[in-house]
Amino acid sequence: MEANKVLDAKGLACPMPIVKTKKAMAELESGQVLEIHATDKGAKNDLAAWAKSGGHELVKHEEESDVLKFWIKKG
Amino acid sequence: MAIKAMTSKEVTKKVFNKEKLFVLDVRNESDFQDWKIEGENFQYLNIPYFELLDGVEGIMDKIPAEQEVLVVCAKEGSSVMVAEMLSDAGLDVFYLQGGMKAWSEHLEPVKVGDLKDGGELYQFVRIGKGCLSYMVLSNGEAALIDATRMTDIYLDFAKSKNAKITHVFDTHLHADHISGGRVIAEKTNATYWLPPKDATEVTFDYEPLEGGNDVSIGETKINIHSLYSPGHTIGSTSFVVDDQFLLSGDILFIDSIGRPDLAGLAEDWVGDLRESLYSRYRELSEELIVLPAHFMIIDELNEDGSVAEKLGVLFAKNHGLNIEDENEFRKLVTENLPPQPNAYQQIRETNMGKISPDTEKQREMEIGPNRCAVR
Repeated sequence: MEANKVLDAKGLACPMPIVKTKKAMAELESGQVLEIHATDKGAKNDLAAWAKSGGHELVKHEEESDVLKFWIKKG
Repeated sequence: MAIKAMTSKEVTKKVFNKEKLFVLDVRNESDFQDWKIEGENFQYLNIPYFELLDGVEGIMDKIPAEQEVLVVCAKEGSSVMVAEMLSDAGLDVFYLQGGMKAWSEHLEPVKVGDLKDGGELYQFVRIGKGCLSYMVLSNGEAALIDATRMTDIYLDFAKSKNAKITHVFDTHLHADHISGGRVIAEKTNATYWLPPKDATEVTFDYEPLEGGNDVSIGETKINIHSLYSPGHTIGSTSFVVDDQFLLSGDILFIDSIGRPDLAGLAEDWVGDLRESLYSRYRELSEELIVLPAHFMIIDELNEDGSVAEKLGVLFAKNHGLNIEDENEFRKLVTENLPPQPNAYQQIRETNMGKISPDTEKQREMEIGPNRCAVR
């Protein structure tokens, strides 16, 4: 999937993956996609819930070895 | 204003003493709904931390000024962030040290009784998850029953009592938590006992625990008598300790009974479960103090934090022991069962020695409440 921006949040513990995601998202236009890489297991539920409450769309989610990857489209 | 850490031990004390506490849980809604810190006089507010990134102004009027406030998250990080924001806004607040991860792993030893020849029996209350394990102490020796994976706590406790752990038992192959029995037995050279019918697939050596086995602890011969009581699993075994205490494993709880569906088909074992509860237990003295391997709800705790009740009282009050109609009983334990515990198949395989997940993975597998009972 084509992303407009990639955020590396690997090795960061909660709440940093979401803090950084929020910041990165603010720099995108509506409809653009942010790709996030994280290793904190809690990021999975939290990012999904955060995206939903912020009106964004979690388009895709993958797990590659220990890295969680997310694609979120800005609402 | 300042923020301070509150330990799981301190929160446990508040639960036992029925103190008040305002819990601001900043995990996401589904995690909070699934599992939280339970206290009779605790109040709750659940606002995910990611909705507070722009500030806490919106929730200030929901937080009582006159009460202790504890901010809780999964692993501590987010609760510290939110606690600092609340502190900047003028509140004195605590955060839960180590988060729900630490809460899940906290064990509180509670003495449940003296043994006839001077020994003692301790119950280890895993307050966050509801698991109960036991240590029988007598004359410099100790036996452990249904130990959790937080093995150092038992090793340190035995050491503080100048006792050597000589026997380690599991009442059954656990499906809701990872047993520490094998590790403790290896570290202490103790004998590890397992019911053979639950252990057909285990990959390590153990001593087969059969109904009728008697094991003595300490020179004063504290007797541990095992009683085959299948139903939760096919091998489930109870213990009568010192002719005073009935360690019922996951067969009988204070306010509920064991569920028969975690290691096979509920239909197959419902007859065994009924036989154990309605016949075998009926033959025992009603004066025995029942000590189960779990509690389900905080109301099952006694004033001192222990989970214990006379068998006779349970015969009178426990709904699961008072269903005369066999079909009705069958329906209760096979239909409308609660969700199965998180990762219970992986937990069973870990307890069989088939897989060896690292500590982080083990924590994750055990997340959430235990769900071994039907009410």
